[in-house]
Amino acid sequence: MKTLLIDYGSGNLRSCAKSLEAAGFNAGGNALIVSSDPRDVAAANALVLPGQGHFRQVMESFLASGFEDALREHIALGKAFLGICVGMQILFDSSAEADLAGLGVIAGRIERFAKVSPVPQMQWNTLSPIGDSPLMRGLPETSFAYFVHSYYAPVGVTPDGAITEYGRPFQSVVSQGNVHATQFHPEKSQRLGLQMLGNFRDWAVSN
Amino acid sequence: MRDVIYKRIIPCLDVDKGRVTRGVQYQNIKDIGDPLEYARKYDADGADELVFYDITASSDGREIDMGWANQVAEEVFMPLTIGGGVSTLEDCRRLHLAGADKISMDSGAVRNPDLIRIASDYFGAQCVVVSMQVKRRSNGRGWETFVKGGREATGMDALEWAVKAQTLGAGELVLNSIDGDGTKAGYDVALCAAVKEIVDIPVIASGGAGTLEDFLEVLTVGRADAALAASVFHYGTFTVGEVKRYLHDNGVPVRLLEE
Repeated sequence: MKTLLIDYGSGNLRSCAKSLEAAGFNAGGNALIVSSDPRDVAAANALVLPGQGHFRQVMESFLASGFEDALREHIALGKAFLGICVGMQILFDSSAEADLAGLGVIAGRIERFAKVSPVPQMQWNTLSPIGDSPLMRGLPETSFAYFVHSYYAPVGVTPDGAITEYGRPFQSVVSQGNVHATQFHPEKSQRLGLQMLGNFRDWAVSN
Repeated sequence: MRDVIYKRIIPCLDVDKGRVTRGVQYQNIKDIGDPLEYARKYDADGADELVFYDITASSDGREIDMGWANQVAEEVFMPLTIGGGVSTLEDCRRLHLAGADKISMDSGAVRNPDLIRIASDYFGAQCVVVSMQVKRRSNGRGWETFVKGGREATGMDALEWAVKAQTLGAGELVLNSIDGDGTKAGYDVALCAAVKEIVDIPVIASGGAGTLEDFLEVLTVGRADAALAASVFHYGTFTVGEVKRYLHDNGVPVRLLEE
């Protein structure tokens, strides 16, 4: 299986690449490519979109990278897709953080934490599965992932995924068909993060 | 809905020329090993984060050699804070590129408090840690801020500096008790409680951990959000896992690894 990690200037690109390698995306017949060239997407079986920072800045960088059409086509073809942190948020229609539209791959709006302190949430927090996301399969009963964020996806944006609580419940894992994404940073979530990346790899291989 | 803040246990590594070192009250520094070896061990033990300081960078005024940091960031998948000699936005960018999720500044921020604001605007507050070197005043009235690895007094009140750092955009404070450093005589619990009283951002206690009770006390009585320690972990007095199990058994919410 060939996985392409999109390089469009995201700060967590390097740790994402290293964690994907550690999770077997570049071993045993799998190949990981880090690329800033949208023409490489067609040959990839799986696509990973990292993201860190402000919704507007991330969305603008992504649009400027020229990957939009290739990403849409990849998803429309039913190929495996993984978004991470703001790489998850820009999949949605919109965000309270910025007045420019997201990609609209998943319906819904990203909201800002209120009535909870401190914001950003910056800590390890637990994941409770809802529905049946391939990312969540076989995880320990109490699973901690590492979060750094001020904005969240409301519960129910996709029926499958996971819920986390911080002042309110929000959706920390979303799965919709071939599109999967996490609000937290699997590349900073130690063994649990690698296990979830491995789950994505297994699912993508069998997809 | 229950809001739980999980208390963090953070091993701290002093690094000099790419080697982990340890001293007592910042003196008698000894080479005790390779940063990557320690990082791997603490990762496996369930440490919540790792903090690295280049201990001589701020006293020598030299830049940090980041080769070891790159190695750690490429092999250990957990939040990393790196500091030492940070005095410009360029220093922050260099550490961030080397793999730091958070940047720790101390003397540089005391000399130029605006650095906190500049870094916070650029990276976001969550990326900016202000590390304070603090010593009890000899007259017993409060605490004073020090710089240069605890070697130079500033005359500045530690509580005032804590509030100012938060106001300028720090996302987190580390309170290094100079009195406690490497002594295993217990954290400065009163200092921690006093700072928690006046700031909203997370506060990390550092300096003096010697027993399991020390961790429990500073995280409960001292209300610290996290406890940082070096000697007890480096010398194997107990493991991170043992500390967290003890805290859990005493009713403190911590992230435990599945066994």
